[in-house]
Amino acid sequence: MAIYTTNEFKSGLKIILDGDPYAIVENEFVKPGKGQAFSRVKIRNLKTGRVIERTFKSGDSVEGADVMDVEMQYLYNDGQFWHFMDPQSFEQISADATAVSDAAKWLKEQDTCQLTLWNGVPLSVSPPNFVIMTIIETDPGLKGDTSGGGGKPATLETGAVVRVPLFVQTGEVIKVDTRTGDYVSRVK
Amino acid sequence: MSPGRPWQPAASLATLRLRARLLTAIRAFFTARGVLEVDTPALSVAGSTDPHLDSFVTCHAGPGQQQGQTLYLHTSPEFPMKRLLAAGSGCVYQIAKVFRNGEAGRHHQPEFTLLEWYRLGFDHHRLMDEVEELVTTLLAERLPLAASERLTYREVFKRHVGLDPQRASVTELAACAFVHGIMPPPHMPDANPDPWLDLLLSHCIEPKLGQGRLTFLYDYPASQAALALVRDGDPPVAERFELYINGIELANGFHELTDAGEQRRRFAHDNQAREANGLRSMAVDENLLAALAAGLPACAGVALGFDRLLMIAAGCSSLTDVIAFPIDRA
Repeated sequence: MAIYTTNEFKSGLKIILDGDPYAIVENEFVKPGKGQAFSRVKIRNLKTGRVIERTFKSGDSVEGADVMDVEMQYLYNDGQFWHFMDPQSFEQISADATAVSDAAKWLKEQDTCQLTLWNGVPLSVSPPNFVIMTIIETDPGLKGDTSGGGGKPATLETGAVVRVPLFVQTGEVIKVDTRTGDYVSRVK
Repeated sequence: MSPGRPWQPAASLATLRLRARLLTAIRAFFTARGVLEVDTPALSVAGSTDPHLDSFVTCHAGPGQQQGQTLYLHTSPEFPMKRLLAAGSGCVYQIAKVFRNGEAGRHHQPEFTLLEWYRLGFDHHRLMDEVEELVTTLLAERLPLAASERLTYREVFKRHVGLDPQRASVTELAACAFVHGIMPPPHMPDANPDPWLDLLLSHCIEPKLGQGRLTFLYDYPASQAALALVRDGDPPVAERFELYINGIELANGFHELTDAGEQRRRFAHDNQAREANGLRSMAVDENLLAALAAGLPACAGVALGFDRLLMIAAGCSSLTDVIAFPIDRA
């Protein structure tokens, strides 16, 4: 396993601390006038997402975390786990609810997602930035309204609820930005 | 040809013009006071023994040095300037490029510009007066400044973290850091309080110092005397000071140690600390020791980080905003 000294600290570096994987968010070199130099870092816990501050003496080293991002195809949910497949090796991996978290509502079978793996186990799942989904339920809008102003809630095939313009109807297919949860357009 | 190369200066041309104006103003300030500008070498046969400084090392090969001579880039021009003082130069100042390996960050560059000066017959209080005059002159009309303040090292610790830095045990210092939201770093010593004091100072105190004004910290623990005189007392204190503006450390000064024997003991003590930390011990500067033995006049001296001063004057937040070609463009 890689060992990193404070000289290698930079934003994005993955390290292990107290048994958990972290990503360095920010690193500041601090040194009082004539004294001990420190690396003061903000780090994000890759399991919980929580950001904390830590300080290391300059020159100290920490263990690197074997964390990598991979693209995988979403297959199905068995009620407990979400199953993904590596499109090259066809190797399958399952992710639990903690890792999938809020991404669950954007997961559509066969879409390509990004999984962050730690020692091969999923820490988190990011859905594609844009997904195409069918509306399974929305109130009929007012006839002739094409302004899009106001909008109304619409439930998608995965259960996600987004605000759509009044003219969009049940059964239509729409494009949604998963980062914001915003409706983008209708898809023919 | 690589069109993406960052060949342009990192600092704006307006900032570089301000840099030149401040340098001119510094020279005028010292000329008016009869302080002599000097120019001493950046290369020396002796590197710094300071356990917290890492000298760049290079090799001189040439006529008379066919085996190659190890030379160090200076971390400050202090020693040759003291040799000039011992030789009868009178008060001197220098604007020098200095080099410190391993230091890089928003407020650190491995190569930077230091303004260093020595005043005969001054103690650290009189020198603080002069630092205040120079810095307020240079910052006048660029930055509104409240009245300057001077606090002892002990006072700022009591005020900001509520403990006596010279009496607290390592256990108390570690607990204090924890209470202030600082998880104690791994591998901190359990017998030496100084790194713990440095942790508290750099994390909890420095960011609060000199907000909109000049704050001088003075009378340091004797264990942090560096090259300052230690004044007897209970506890004894080092006649050393530092200047802060907007949380940034700007200058470090000493009522200078002039005793050659004591200087040799401090070098030896430094080298013991280096070895304890797994660092190479450094050959001591025998030229400095010989000059002290010949007689260094009583004096006070200070080194001021010119780039940091310019950063404050220009309202910038990083040294890379005020240096034409910082290390990543060198």
